[in-house]
Amino acid sequence: MSPNDRSLKARHQAFPIHPGRIFTWTLLFLGGVVMVTPILFMLSTSLKDASQVYDLRLIPEAPSLDNYKVVLSDGRFLRWFLNSVIVAVCVTLSNVFFDSLVGYTLAKFQFRGRYLVFLAILSTLMIPTEMLVIPWYLMASSFGWIDSYWGIMFPGMMTAFGTFLMKQFFETVPDEFLEAARVDGLNEFTIWWRVAMPLVTPALSALAIFTFLGNWTAFFWPLIVTNSRELYTLPIGLSSFAVEQAIQWEMIMTGASLATIPTLIVFLLLQRYIVRGVMLAGLKG
Amino acid sequence: MATIALEGLVKQYGKATVVHGIDLHIRDGEFVVLVGPSGCGKSTTLRMIAGLEDISAGTIKIGDRVVNEAEPKDRNIAMVFQNYAIYPHMSVAQNIGFGLYKSTLPEREKRARISEAARVLGLDALLDRRPSQLSGGQRQRVAIGRAMVRDPTAFLFDEPLSNLDAQLRAQMRIEIKKLHQRLGKTIVFVTHDQVEAMTMADRIVVMRDGRILQVGTPMDLYENPADIFTARFIGSPAMNLLPARLTADADGVRAELPELGASLTLGRFPRDEVTGSQAFIGVRPHDLVVGRHDGQGLTLTGRVSIVEPLGSETLVHIDVAGIPIIASAPGRAIPKVDDLVGVHALTGSLYLFDAETERALCRV
Ligand SMILES: Nc1ncnc2c1ncn2[C@@H]1O[C@H](COP(=O)(O)OP(=O)(O)OP(=O)(O)O)[C@@H](O)[C@H]1O
Ligand SMILES: [Mg+2]
Repeated sequence: MSPNDRSLKARHQAFPIHPGRIFTWTLLFLGGVVMVTPILFMLSTSLKDASQVYDLRLIPEAPSLDNYKVVLSDGRFLRWFLNSVIVAVCVTLSNVFFDSLVGYTLAKFQFRGRYLVFLAILSTLMIPTEMLVIPWYLMASSFGWIDSYWGIMFPGMMTAFGTFLMKQFFETVPDEFLEAARVDGLNEFTIWWRVAMPLVTPALSALAIFTFLGNWTAFFWPLIVTNSRELYTLPIGLSSFAVEQAIQWEMIMTGASLATIPTLIVFLLLQRYIVRGVMLAGLKG
Repeated sequence: MATIALEGLVKQYGKATVVHGIDLHIRDGEFVVLVGPSGCGKSTTLRMIAGLEDISAGTIKIGDRVVNEAEPKDRNIAMVFQNYAIYPHMSVAQNIGFGLYKSTLPEREKRARISEAARVLGLDALLDRRPSQLSGGQRQRVAIGRAMVRDPTAFLFDEPLSNLDAQLRAQMRIEIKKLHQRLGKTIVFVTHDQVEAMTMADRIVVMRDGRILQVGTPMDLYENPADIFTARFIGSPAMNLLPARLTADADGVRAELPELGASLTLGRFPRDEVTGSQAFIGVRPHDLVVGRHDGQGLTLTGRVSIVEPLGSETLVHIDVAGIPIIASAPGRAIPKVDDLVGVHALTGSLYLFDAETERALCRV
């Protein structure tokens, strides 16, 4: 037993668990249960057959992967899945690139009207999506973008929120890093890409996760802008399972379970970059 | 040709002027050290030379080219920043190599330069580490390395040794001097430390409140300081200053030090009109020696308050009528605390300053 363990143990005995702590933990636990239960039911339902869907036991009587076979062998599902991947990946990359480019410019360059530009971008945050859908639709239809990937993606290629987030983070990057690169002869674009961007990876990962999740689950706009089934994204495709024939809950749940996989992958890949406090190591103080 | 010429250089932040029209001509291959108290505009001047700070008035020439409007990347200057600014997302090797980002050298040559710099800076064993795994002194050396691998027209150093321990600092002083001798590049070096200034500089520029007080070789500044500030700044420990009153009599001008019970014959004096005015007599601790002498000069008597043996000599702090003075005792003759001792400085080692303008009047 290392001295450290011993002191930990001693501390446990000396300070009995505080009642407030128990309350906090209980609340957190209940919150966790509320969050996790629907996911468990989703998984459980996906393993049941149609006759057992309304049997609310969590562990299915005869669990089987038949639903998965059906869904995965249905060409439509794979198509929708692919559509969602294409849309979410493109929009995420575009956001990571353009939001941070604009955020960096607003944070690190002094120019006339800078504050005004920032305010203008910020003010768009106050307009709800529902109000924008009709203008978007009119715009898309006059450009001939209805029922195309670009039509689904264009409203989200840059977001005010992402720009704001990146601006705030770039403001914490000390100027000396950029100046050192400037003196070493790099041009401004390379400085942004090679020096500033790596310093804000936590923010970039957070932005990427938010954007990916947001677009992966987006329903309203893709529903409006697409007509042909081949262009449906996953959420719309899944909901079309529901209206077609009788609602096939087990199929919807199977599709939904499969749909969580990419979000998990994205999260697991990116969350390790959300480590704070890397930046200060390069400076004195 | 990498001369650097500053002409009437002014920097204003809003209404505040922090650099007031500096004129300075730095010769090709010269090692110039800027010294001065904190906030006097050393970093600002350096940043203007590098092009990181717009200049409010005046011109900067590098070689024959006016670079007022040139971007930093077009000035081909290497700079070491006061707070290092090494990149936390890169290893030590990558950080040092970043200085070569724009270089067109072959990969092999680049690697050779990086390992050479690492060897000189004692960083060989740390090349794969991240900055967060380095001590302050090691980070500072990485920052120096990033400048060393380059082939610039001039180097700018902003207090690059401030975070090193005494031994490493002495070693790095030598390395930077060697770098200078090997490459023969112009170097502008900022420091607080007068020892660094004295030991490294071809010429020292003493600054205060955004102005240049004096420019000269280290010995020049040591021997002929233009004013009290420079006199006290150059040389360690700082020069003693004794308040005096100038009077004239038949033999010429005399300086009376009534509180200290001493007086001094100055002989012929260049400027009679100062007669009757207040002055300061300056004497360096090294020239103010414990023990009686017969020669002409200044003799004081006081009580020893502290002794600081340095080995080769001993600094003796004495209290002369309430004024603390530092003198020196040679070799092993170390006086005891509370002893009453006499100290003596020979004529020729004394400096006379006008008390009002603080300008140097003459040496006596
Ligand atoms: N961005 C700024 N805005 C306003 N004043 C500034 C700015 N940068 C520096 N100053 C002022 O300019 C003066 C000179 O600063 P500078 O950094 O050149 O000093 P320094 O001689 O390098 O001091 P130190 O030895 O402490 O590094 C200081 O009084 C400082 O307050
Ligand atoms: Mg400074």
